Amino acid sequence: MTRKRPKADVVIVGLGWCGSLAAEELTRAGLDVVAIERGPWVEPAIDFAPGVDTDELRWDTRRSMLLPPAIETTTVRNTRFQKALPIRDWSINEWGYNAGGSGTHWAAMAWRFTPFDFQPYSMTVSRYGAKQLAEGLIVQDWGVTYDELEPYYDRFEKIAGISGKAGVLNGQIMQGGNPFEGSRSSEYPLPPLKTTHLTDLFSEASNALGYHPFMVPAGNTSEAYTNPLGIRMAPCTYCGYCLYYGCGNWSKSSPNACIFPALVQRSNFTVLTDSAVLKATLAPDGKTATGVIFCDKKGDQWEQPADIVIFSAFQMQNVRLLLLSGIGKPYDPAKREGVVGRAYCFQTVSGANLFFQDKKFNHFAGAGALSAQIDDFNGDNFDHSGLGFIGGAGILVVSRGSRPIGNADFLEPNTPRWGAAWKKAYKDAFQNATGIFGQGTSYSHDEAYLDLDPEYTDQYGQPLLRMTFEYNTNDRRSAQFIEDKSVEIGRKMGAKTVIGTNSAASSFTPYNFASDHTIGGAVMGTDPRTSVLNRYQQVWDVHNVFVLGASSFPNNAGYNPTGTIGALALWTARAIIDQYLKNPAPLVKA
Amino acid sequence: MTGYAGTAKAGVVKEKLPWEPGSLNAPVHGVDPNGPTYLTPVERRLLTAIADRIIPSDELSIGGAEAGCVTFIDRQLAGPYGRAASMYMRGRFVKGTTQQGIQSAMTPAERYRKGLHELALFCQRDTGKAFEALPPEKQDDILSRLENGRIAFPSIDSRIFFEQILQNMREGYLADPIYGGNRDMASWKMLGFPGARYDYRDYMDIKNQDLGLAPLSLRDRTI
Repeated sequence: MTRKRPKADVVIVGLGWCGSLAAEELTRAGLDVVAIERGPWVEPAIDFAPGVDTDELRWDTRRSMLLPPAIETTTVRNTRFQKALPIRDWSINEWGYNAGGSGTHWAAMAWRFTPFDFQPYSMTVSRYGAKQLAEGLIVQDWGVTYDELEPYYDRFEKIAGISGKAGVLNGQIMQGGNPFEGSRSSEYPLPPLKTTHLTDLFSEASNALGYHPFMVPAGNTSEAYTNPLGIRMAPCTYCGYCLYYGCGNWSKSSPNACIFPALVQRSNFTVLTDSAVLKATLAPDGKTATGVIFCDKKGDQWEQPADIVIFSAFQMQNVRLLLLSGIGKPYDPAKREGVVGRAYCFQTVSGANLFFQDKKFNHFAGAGALSAQIDDFNGDNFDHSGLGFIGGAGILVVSRGSRPIGNADFLEPNTPRWGAAWKKAYKDAFQNATGIFGQGTSYSHDEAYLDLDPEYTDQYGQPLLRMTFEYNTNDRRSAQFIEDKSVEIGRKMGAKTVIGTNSAASSFTPYNFASDHTIGGAVMGTDPRTSVLNRYQQVWDVHNVFVLGASSFPNNAGYNPTGTIGALALWTARAIIDQYLKNPAPLVKA
Repeated sequence: MTGYAGTAKAGVVKEKLPWEPGSLNAPVHGVDPNGPTYLTPVERRLLTAIADRIIPSDELSIGGAEAGCVTFIDRQLAGPYGRAASMYMRGRFVKGTTQQGIQSAMTPAERYRKGLHELALFCQRDTGKAFEALPPEKQDDILSRLENGRIAFPSIDSRIFFEQILQNMREGYLADPIYGGNRDMASWKMLGFPGARYDYRDYMDIKNQDLGLAPLSLRDRTI
């Protein structure tokens, strides 16, 4: 039996960054909003207090804040001619499992994508011609431009309290920032974080090579801050317990720290926690959704009717919810038809491991986003003529805070992994080993896609999502190029040993933790034959369903996705308020 | 309860925060000395000998056994970790590619039960002695062969067994002492890791120098 809750104006599925940003806008506009969150409520001051948070085994090694594979996972294979098998253990599927979503445990690098990243097809063709695109590569424009999103990036950065230095302000290049970024309308709300010996070395070396280093925009507060919602944040203490951890110090940007304190006071906002949404329900004509079905902690089924349905779960979960709800045409890789699950991509990571001598990097002190980067080889910031690929990577060093268990294998090649020799080598490497990380772009391919697994199911008996992914020619070429650049910088930094690394040099596996930025599968675009969503993240076929998150990205940039996820969520929320409420219909003609 | 009304059996958060101080998920702190254990005395003896080869006592630190690694592992195996509570354990279990990872119905606790039994049998057959009775060089040789897959066990992949032990020994040696290992923060002193500290603001401008910080355990933080 399915019981029914009172109808809401809007139901939000998943209360991470997207869900909370949308809820903040929509409740302020007077709408009655019900958010359904799969995980529990968490409170930073209690759940992540200094005597709780600083525990590597619990939060990092055992991933205690993440959604366990036991509850939901995906199956995986490299090609569609293999049998997909479930990812059984912790993997790159690092999905949130609490109110705040992945925005509670993220490292907090808060980027804007470059103008190129939103128009990769038209800009590539106009600069190089279509021959620059490898066969089978999926490259298409998003339907929204950087300039259109700029005010929403600005709003996100002010809500989240981002620390950084503008590189291009109102068209003027600024000292100390990233000269390759799209033009900004205002400075970052907070100055950059302090630097470390590692970021100093990287900046000096890349300067000497003629590159343009800058400090990465960070959702770690360099100073005390009050955001536009009136919520106060405290200065970051550089404890380094950020990625996989919460922040009990109100210093890491998160929905919990930056939005909930204002949101939960509004009488037109309700959160249902510990509840899994199984699917959306559709009207008989299939042209609108009527609400969602969810299962509470006890296993009882409920219906939450609503005029507007927003999917804002993790990227993979959004795609799965669309497939389970029968919204949009599933992608068929043999016929190259359909859209849901198409244009799935990831992140192409390469770089270099560096081993110094007699250093005291003190890597344990830092912050999730305390990093120095160059963008000289990111996006289309350099001439790709004759290189045979598009895209590139942000090349960076990370003073994220490192701890004993997680680094125990970070040793020079051929070092024993146990015994007295391991102890001696690890003692040395703990202060001397570091890496250069090339966080690369990724473009999908006709053969990379998501669909429902024919065999494996979750506890509700619903099929798991199946991931079919292998690095493509463009990935492999760009990764090699970035590896070479990273090795060059590593040598210039004075490392004793420099070893190039390249995830794309071998087959994709979800157990390579170089990145967890899984992207696409329910992408936005200009053509309903190649996108699930129009430029407002509104489903082409079912106009009262909006899908927010990295599932909307047709390609990944050489950055972390959260800033763009946030800006797009605000852009869509404004479109709902300013356009959709007045005329509930498709906002773009198909 | 404040703001935690029960219309659905979902938690409902409306207009107020759903907690009162101290009422939410209390931290899982400390190891109960009378808590459940998993290993048999025979298994403990064997694992103790392994602990002192994986992490031998030397001038850098005490060895794995004295550091409490076996106690750590025993308690992990008796809890949700040992039962694979977080892992996807639905069938079918089909052997896949390397990229698809381990596809086994065996929990971490079962890997120990089977693997330790197989290792004990192997040592008796191969050397006529128990692993614990062998000289350290011979013990190291056997562990190396397990690591490299040069010993085959009938009931468990010996490399999976070795990796399981290596990971958990390191965890016991390197995790906060509240979990029963890393006695006196021995590994943290060796590495120069300051432990459960939460504020480095005064140290950020001191670069490329030993900060001289004594480590701190969560145990120190909760007293």
